[in-house]
Amino acid sequence: MSAWWTYAPGDLLLFSERTYYRMFELHNAALWPAQVVALALALAVALLMASGWGHRVRAVGAVIAACWLFVAWTFLLGRYAAINWVAPWFAALFIVEAALFAAVAVAGRPGALGGRWGPAQVVVFAAAVLAQPAAGLLAGRPWRQAEIFGLAPDPTAIATLGLLAVAPRGSRWLLLPLPVLWCAVSGATLWTMGAPDAWLAPTAAAFAMVAPPLLRGRTAGV
Amino acid sequence: MTQPFLLRRRDFVRLLGAGGAASLFPGAPRAAGPLVRALPSSEESLPLVGLGSWITFNVGDDPAARNDCARVMEAFFAAGGRMIDSSPMYGSSQSVIGYGLSKLGMREAVFSADKVWTGSGRRGPTQIEESRRQWGVPRFDLLQVHNLLAWEEHLPILFGMKAEGRLRHVGITTSEGRRHGEFVRIMESQPLDFIQVTYNPLDREVERRILPLAAERGIGVIVNRPFRQGALTRTLEGEPLPGWAADIGCRTWAQAILKFIIAHPAVTCAIPATTRVDHARENMAAAIDPLPDAKLRRRMASDIEKRA
Ligand SMILES: NC(=O)c1ccc[n+]([C@@H]2O[C@H](COP(=O)([O-])OP(=O)(O)OC[C@H]3O[C@@H](n4cnc5c(N)ncnc54)[C@H](OP(=O)(O)O)[C@@H]3O)[C@@H](O)[C@H]2O)c1
Repeated sequence: MSAWWTYAPGDLLLFSERTYYRMFELHNAALWPAQVVALALALAVALLMASGWGHRVRAVGAVIAACWLFVAWTFLLGRYAAINWVAPWFAALFIVEAALFAAVAVAGRPGALGGRWGPAQVVVFAAAVLAQPAAGLLAGRPWRQAEIFGLAPDPTAIATLGLLAVAPRGSRWLLLPLPVLWCAVSGATLWTMGAPDAWLAPTAAAFAMVAPPLLRGRTAGV
Repeated sequence: MTQPFLLRRRDFVRLLGAGGAASLFPGAPRAAGPLVRALPSSEESLPLVGLGSWITFNVGDDPAARNDCARVMEAFFAAGGRMIDSSPMYGSSQSVIGYGLSKLGMREAVFSADKVWTGSGRRGPTQIEESRRQWGVPRFDLLQVHNLLAWEEHLPILFGMKAEGRLRHVGITTSEGRRHGEFVRIMESQPLDFIQVTYNPLDREVERRILPLAAERGIGVIVNRPFRQGALTRTLEGEPLPGWAADIGCRTWAQAILKFIIAHPAVTCAIPATTRVDHARENMAAAIDPLPDAKLRRRMASDIEKRA
């Protein structure tokens, strides 16, 4: 956009909070019962990572890639693009992230997503999956508008951050930037909209960037 | 300069047929239409209050919300409104307006004010055609270069369209005081029909140069952000109305703000946006006599400044 410096963040917000959250309501209604499948997939990711199965990186990588692709296709292009002309670019980011996870899945390097998960990692991932819907309910939004992992962008990004908490440095450099970028974008959008839970995604991103390296010493042997 | 405006009979009849405006809104003020002001550059007159669509009409594919917007448009037309303003920048607003116009059968009655908003002159005509398709109108009544973006490239194309009869009026827009210097230079050098600027009791910079220049050059003035995107009406909410409000027939602060704006002789039309039927009616009801004179306008501005 030319003369972009003359625009304040509020000038770029194209829609109201009401319209934004109604999108999730319509999305949920249109996809039901995909929510059950999505949460079952999240559970499968946790179980696979906690199992010692040799092909868990392939399976988990494929699930996460599918989720990013599904969100790009059905939500960012299928819904968000109608009210936000930047959404196709967001979809492109999501497709790139899907491709990166697909590449990790195809390569299938056993340690690519970190070692076998203990209870602590399962809890971190579960919290990441459930954080967004919980925040929505606490913010007073109806459960019909819940943003669900695998169907909506924020919980998908935050859960991916949770997944990557104990991944080795190489994988984190590859897979972390786009979820972090999305969390920043989404946080800015929600903050401009005045949503009370605008802090959640950026905090998750900051935590995902800072905490694992600090804790690395303690989890190195896992 | 002002005279009562009435919807053309066939348009009003169509409106009743489309949505039963009179029965849906029994309290709607219909007796006399809103005050109008003649466009300096043509024979036409426009009601002093129009309708914006930034954010409020960008509701995407949500069927319930699209119908809510159509009801706002219905109330607006039923009260004698004509100008609706939009832009390709406003997400789905154009298609939502198109939906409302088609539902209400008001494609001919509306004064369609849209914008061209792309950094490339070459892409302008394609964007304009796509916008026209979304509105579902045969041609635009007004196309404005949005926020002066690539105006050097777009204006010759718009003037060309006007010469060919594919467009009725040409304009430029800005808001919140952006690029006023350049804006003035364009006003001085181009044969514009309209400008669009921000003006309200708190944002009055345009009074110094832009409004007098518009009057001098016969350029119509559309006023955006009359309520500072709702911040001003929210600030004044709960404050009792001063005594002068009743003297000029204002029941609310929103009406007082609109009357302040449209009473400026250079202003053609203020375009508040709303998601609410009652607000659409309230805003249209500001376009009735009496309007404040210059002395009262100064007092209104100072009273509002004190409270904001
Ligand atoms: N550069 C440009 O070209 C440019 C820039 C800005 C704006 N514009 C145009 O100008 C239009 C108006 O500006 P805007 O939408 O930014 O802001 P605005 O019209 O000043 O304010 C809109 C807000 O005012 C509230 N409102 C409307 N009527 C009300 C009433 N009677 N009482 C209390 N609140 C009321 C609405 O809330 P409710 O929904 O609750 O009524 C809405 O949130 C835009 O929609 C757009 O078409 C153009």
